[in-house]
Amino acid sequence: MPPVAITAHTATSCLGQGVAAHTRALREGRSGLTPCRFETVDLPTWIGEVPGVDAVALPAGLERFDCRNNRLAWLALQADGFAERVRAAVARCGADRVGVFVGTSTSGILETELAYRRRDPASGALPPDFHYATTHNTYSVADFVRTAFGIEGMAMSLSSACSSSAKVFAAAARQLQAGTIDAAVVGGVDSLCLTTLYGFASLQLTSPQPCRPGDAARDGISIGEAAAFALLEPGQAPAPLRLLGVGESSDAHHMSAPHPEGLGAQRAMAAALRSAGLQPGDIDYINLHGTATPANDAAEGLAVAALFGRGVPCSSTKGATGHTLGAAGALEAVVCAIALAEGWLPGSPGTETVDPAIDIDYRREGSALPGMRHVLSNSFGFGGSNASLVFSRGSA
Amino acid sequence: MSLPSLWLHGIGLIAPGLDHWTQARTVLRGEAAWANAPTVLPPADRLPAAERRRASRVVRVALALGLQALDGQDPADIATVFTASGADGHNCHALCEQLAGEDRAISPTRFHNSVHNAAAGYWGIATRSMAPSQVLCAHDASFGAGWLDALGQLQTEDEVLLVAYDSEYPEPLHACRPLPDAAGLALWLGRAPRAHSLGQVQTALVRGAADAMADPGLEGLRAAFPSLRALPLLERIARGDTAPATVEYLAPQHLQLRFTPR
Repeated sequence: MPPVAITAHTATSCLGQGVAAHTRALREGRSGLTPCRFETVDLPTWIGEVPGVDAVALPAGLERFDCRNNRLAWLALQADGFAERVRAAVARCGADRVGVFVGTSTSGILETELAYRRRDPASGALPPDFHYATTHNTYSVADFVRTAFGIEGMAMSLSSACSSSAKVFAAAARQLQAGTIDAAVVGGVDSLCLTTLYGFASLQLTSPQPCRPGDAARDGISIGEAAAFALLEPGQAPAPLRLLGVGESSDAHHMSAPHPEGLGAQRAMAAALRSAGLQPGDIDYINLHGTATPANDAAEGLAVAALFGRGVPCSSTKGATGHTLGAAGALEAVVCAIALAEGWLPGSPGTETVDPAIDIDYRREGSALPGMRHVLSNSFGFGGSNASLVFSRGSA
Repeated sequence: MSLPSLWLHGIGLIAPGLDHWTQARTVLRGEAAWANAPTVLPPADRLPAAERRRASRVVRVALALGLQALDGQDPADIATVFTASGADGHNCHALCEQLAGEDRAISPTRFHNSVHNAAAGYWGIATRSMAPSQVLCAHDASFGAGWLDALGQLQTEDEVLLVAYDSEYPEPLHACRPLPDAAGLALWLGRAPRAHSLGQVQTALVRGAADAMADPGLEGLRAAFPSLRALPLLERIARGDTAPATVEYLAPQHLQLRFTPR
């Protein structure tokens, strides 16, 4: 595919608001995970909660979008001057030539969960202040971003579980190539809710302690929340960061378990390399999907080993941020951007003893790696939806 | 502004009173009258037995639409775009109801069926397709979002199957989102013609008003189901009419789709 320029990016997670906060935390190998005290949730697990989300006020005129997910989106858009960059792109390209692509798994469903507690005791009706379309519906967050910036171009939410906000980069790149738009706001936003906390607990996939990706004793995920955004423009635009390739595939195996040999994951990574015109040896770092469930990490380990052997340093940053589900792809794209900008190979916070069965160059500790050029980021989701992205420094 | 044109190889359509594209075509040509009737969903018999028994209405409508459009073609290597204005409404209601109560130990199957990409996941399992699959939502504009994404997919893929579908929520969500039944359409699209291709479609983004259906019954379907906003295009195709159809998308933009029979 033609390279795409990433002219701005930002992230907000339990590590903090903005790129500088994430850079510091990644360099220190720090985790933002805390024991779960979210809402009325009573589960023995740890979470990555973003402080201050409930205190965020949406701009006047956008009250109908008010829900935890859109507050988190708004908080994130204020960091790193990102909102100003979007406004400048809208002014430069024209409102109808900018597109919006946001990945989310649960959007504002927390609002519906809470509304169900307030059903009318007689009729069972939901309260009149509940707005399905602008909070619960999967599109709500893309609609919110589009409306907040007065964008009139195409817009969509992508919801393929935990690959959602990796796939937004691929979808937007194709539209830039097709000529539908001249710039794209892409991102991922997923916020804590009861559905995912109790849902992953029902599948026995949540750990009672901070998650330990790749660890021999790993026993499940820590759910996090995050919002991360990037501004994509055609490849000739000057930018410190480029999207060089995308690869997508389906497992065709099971709704909630990965293909045991990681065949779908392998296919996505190979497609991303082809799309970027690179060989496995060109990749300097892989940010693994690395959720910390026994099955996911084993399958991804086999897939990475099959393509890269032990030749490429790998790590998972989910021990720092938690698994931010539909936001993970965009958040880890920003992690990759930081790695490239800093020449810093992130470690795997929380991981103590790497599972010897995962036969790849798994890095527990971060380290300097000057001259890094190309990095790969993996995102694999429920339903066997896989996406891998190649990011590169400077001009392609 | 004009966008790359694409070829239309096959169509699937399921809606209240419309069981199949071949039957719907006669209605859209005006050769038979539309009569309202509950949507008929075929069993998801391509799924393994355990999944088939549990397949929700939204999964059944999506699988049936895709297979109808492909008309026997092996789906294994065809990329897919699934676009839905919501997910499994009955499942969502059951989850929200339980999470509002004391016992929050929800069923694992309910949880994994709650994801918006459940239909795409089951499609992969049913067809053994490991091809890329996109899963989108743009509320009432979901058909248009899917169409544009399919057009984008054809930048890199030779063929793509677009499946647009909806299914109803039970009360109390039904009052907030009154989808009356399950419905949808599927379009098998490609960059180059096949022997049996129906014709070519040219896309443009335009301002102004979207087309309505002249028949009040069909207009009711178009307005009720986001996935059926493309009915004006299907009417042109059924009639071999080359006048462009303006399909409702995201204000202020609509899709102008001009069909040319081969």
